[in-house]
Amino acid sequence: MARAVSRNTKIGYTIAAWIVALIIFFPILYTIITSLKTEQEAIAGFDLIPSFSLSSYETVQSQNNYWRPFTNSVILAVGSTLLALIVAIPAAWAMAFSPTRRTKDILMWMLSTKMMPAVAVLVPIYLIFLRTGLMDTRIGLVMILMLMNLPIVVWMLYTYFREIPGEILEAARMDGATLKDEILYVLTPMAVPGIASTLLLNIILAWNEAFWTIQLTTTNAAPLSAFIASFSSPQGLFWAKLSAASTMAIAPILILGWFSQKQLVRGLTFGAVK
Amino acid sequence: MATRQTASLARLMRAPAIILLLIWMLVPLGMTLYYSFLNYNLLNPANTSWAGWFNYQYFYSDPAFFESIWNTLVLVLGVLLITVCGGIGIAMLIDKPIFGQGLVRILVISPFFVMPPVAALIWKNMIMHPSYGVFADIAKFFGANPVDWFAQFPLLSIILIVAWQWLPFATLILLTSLQSLDGEQMEAAEMDGAPALSRFIYLTLPHMARAITVVILIQTIFLLGIYAEILVTTNGGPGFASTNLTYLIYRAARLNFDIGGAAAGGIIAVILANFVAIFLMRAVGKNLD
Amino acid sequence: MGRITLEGVAKRFGDVEVIPPLNLDIEDGEFVVFVGPSGCGKSTLLRLIAGLEDVSDGRILIDGTDATDASPAKRGLAMVFQSYALYPHMSVRKNIAFPMKMAGIPADEQNRRIEAAAKALNLTNYLDRRPGQLSGGQRQRVAIGRAIVREPSAFLFDEPLSNLDAALRVGMRLEISELHNRLKTTMIYVTHDQVEAMTMADKIVVLHAGRIEQVGSPLDLYNAPKNAFVAGFIGSPRMNLFSGPAAAEYGAETIGVRPEHISVSPDSGKWKGRIGVSEHLGSDTFLYVEDTGLAETITVRSDGEVNLRHGDTVWLTPNEDKIHRFDKAGDRIA
Repeated sequence: MARAVSRNTKIGYTIAAWIVALIIFFPILYTIITSLKTEQEAIAGFDLIPSFSLSSYETVQSQNNYWRPFTNSVILAVGSTLLALIVAIPAAWAMAFSPTRRTKDILMWMLSTKMMPAVAVLVPIYLIFLRTGLMDTRIGLVMILMLMNLPIVVWMLYTYFREIPGEILEAARMDGATLKDEILYVLTPMAVPGIASTLLLNIILAWNEAFWTIQLTTTNAAPLSAFIASFSSPQGLFWAKLSAASTMAIAPILILGWFSQKQLVRGLTFGAVK
Repeated sequence: MATRQTASLARLMRAPAIILLLIWMLVPLGMTLYYSFLNYNLLNPANTSWAGWFNYQYFYSDPAFFESIWNTLVLVLGVLLITVCGGIGIAMLIDKPIFGQGLVRILVISPFFVMPPVAALIWKNMIMHPSYGVFADIAKFFGANPVDWFAQFPLLSIILIVAWQWLPFATLILLTSLQSLDGEQMEAAEMDGAPALSRFIYLTLPHMARAITVVILIQTIFLLGIYAEILVTTNGGPGFASTNLTYLIYRAARLNFDIGGAAAGGIIAVILANFVAIFLMRAVGKNLD
Repeated sequence: MGRITLEGVAKRFGDVEVIPPLNLDIEDGEFVVFVGPSGCGKSTLLRLIAGLEDVSDGRILIDGTDATDASPAKRGLAMVFQSYALYPHMSVRKNIAFPMKMAGIPADEQNRRIEAAAKALNLTNYLDRRPGQLSGGQRQRVAIGRAIVREPSAFLFDEPLSNLDAALRVGMRLEISELHNRLKTTMIYVTHDQVEAMTMADKIVVLHAGRIEQVGSPLDLYNAPKNAFVAGFIGSPRMNLFSGPAAAEYGAETIGVRPEHISVSPDSGKWKGRIGVSEHLGSDTFLYVEDTGLAETITVRSDGEVNLRHGDTVWLTPNEDKIHRFDKAGDRIA
């Protein structure tokens, strides 16, 4: 609604909105603050001003071998996403531009596989991983994460591709473009923004996955989610170090997330809300 | 563009995704179904035998099973109540003309990007810890006794953590829906003399109905599978007080090595999830045409 | 050259026959308009000629060569789409250059043709903009420019003006007609607007439910519609059609009189009625006459000075030479 409101009303709304926003953001903010404290400060009671000590970050990186799970997270998230894109781009392309009577059913069925609770297949997947030596390997987890997110990837790409008007592809065909030209000069440049958003959202989902990563790894392939989960036991880290590890685990994805918030709605609702 | 060459090419392009998902769906689920009828324990794999309906009967007679079903329902409904009501309120607030709207949006959306184990640990140690948490600091400031959240209110604590994680999702989707509300329709209602509350009940809410449905259904799918938050905070306890169905099955499979029992639980989880899925598919399917 | 011949061309989607087998000859340099109500198959027919759809039966000859199985690119035709179908990620210059790039035309020749097309279409100042920064009329011109530079043997237009507002539509109509006069290339133009058909065409093809109802010059269709459908479709305002005793008097099942062929008088005439609405356009007045007992309303086109109002009783007299007679099947009785 494009309507002028009085300045006072606007200030009132602004204050209310900021209070709510800061309360919601507070746990993250407080974690970041605590990560910049020393251990003594961290348990000394409520205090929003840290001493800006970076020692916790140093300790986490040196003692707890932070970089290995971090590398694993990157490999799992990026690897599973790229793999999913390789499989999903042709499928979504075909369904969007060459639909058949069954396309809708296929899409709905793909969606239905996403409804299957992970725990329902925990037993067989666990046993398969044990017996095939895939347990605690990156390749095994990349495959699982890829399959888990494949329906979302196909759906997101499909909704983006559908927005590319078919007439433009026909125009290219009339203009003498071969299939290769059509894909190279017309479809790809127009699809890139959609593919990029899909990629971004899927990396976020894969990075934050915390069921299979915990079930199917121990040390070698454990990404940050499994690494952090292991600190649930009391002999784990102390407050400041835990905060530093947490901050490092969420920072990259938080920033990616801020960039992708619009696509998030569309991806997570399978295009039902845009 | 439906020419013959493109049609057969399209079939080829669809095939890998369909085949992969078909395998991913059928093979493990079939195995789960098969295992659910076996006496199969990893500690004693030599003694594997056909169990018939025993695993299901065992689950059915186990008090922990009903407790976990109850906990699952309370967890799902509790989180839905908080996130949907909170989401509507926050979405309407952010939709108002405010200074720094973009930044407010970013702050509100942030918890969604925090991975579940981190979210749970932050709340466990920084916020709800009985001696060092912020809640304890607040209680001490007012001279009250700090609450030991995870010991006294384990399920409520988990509901709070999960609600914090999903509130941004609900807010964002409801906000998106709210922004597509027709301003002229609102003004017409104002001209017709409808007060603010009536406009909310008769225009805003019905307009958001579809988004609210989608929020409820999608969250339910994810909330049925809550796992890491429980693992990191209460481990399902005390007793089974914060064990949901997912966690119970995990316990059976990974801590008791009871493959048959866990598989039977998995089948029950599938049936539960299907109830929700049917409704979700209808809601989403309408959008396809 | 751009002579296009359709021989027994038919199109079925599954079991549904959208175009029964039909024959059509389009001469080189002709401006042919396919006109008909929505869903009549006119766009499908155009897409069959373009090669964007496969024919289910029959042959398409372009300049005597069988092009039935040729890909769209090989047919040497250019098409202007309803949505313009410009490439949104390319500048106007690159959009126009695209077909030439695909054809491997040297860069300096490309530039020469782009400059010439831009000049002819008033696009010179916009060559470096993206389609998104242009108005509807400008986008339309870019689409035409992209078609011209290919120097095709025929242009295909698929309802190109339907996304423009009324004033622009008239302007673009003239521009396309001028373009045809200048290039003298075959043009096939699809529209549901019979005014566009009448004003632009050398030859109109009236389609209805996939069938060709009549082929002829605009005046042929106006003066001698082959059946009641064409009679009702061509001409604005629509021809008055009615059956019953008034038609039987002329030995026909249905008769039709165009609004401009009825004279109106306040005191004497053949049919009596009452004015419902009168629309004064300045040059003309359209009278909608009710209670004649012939049809619900009869439209009469009168001169701009007539002074009749709602509720006035009037007498109508048709010009006996201009009455069209149709038999039970709707066909014209000569």
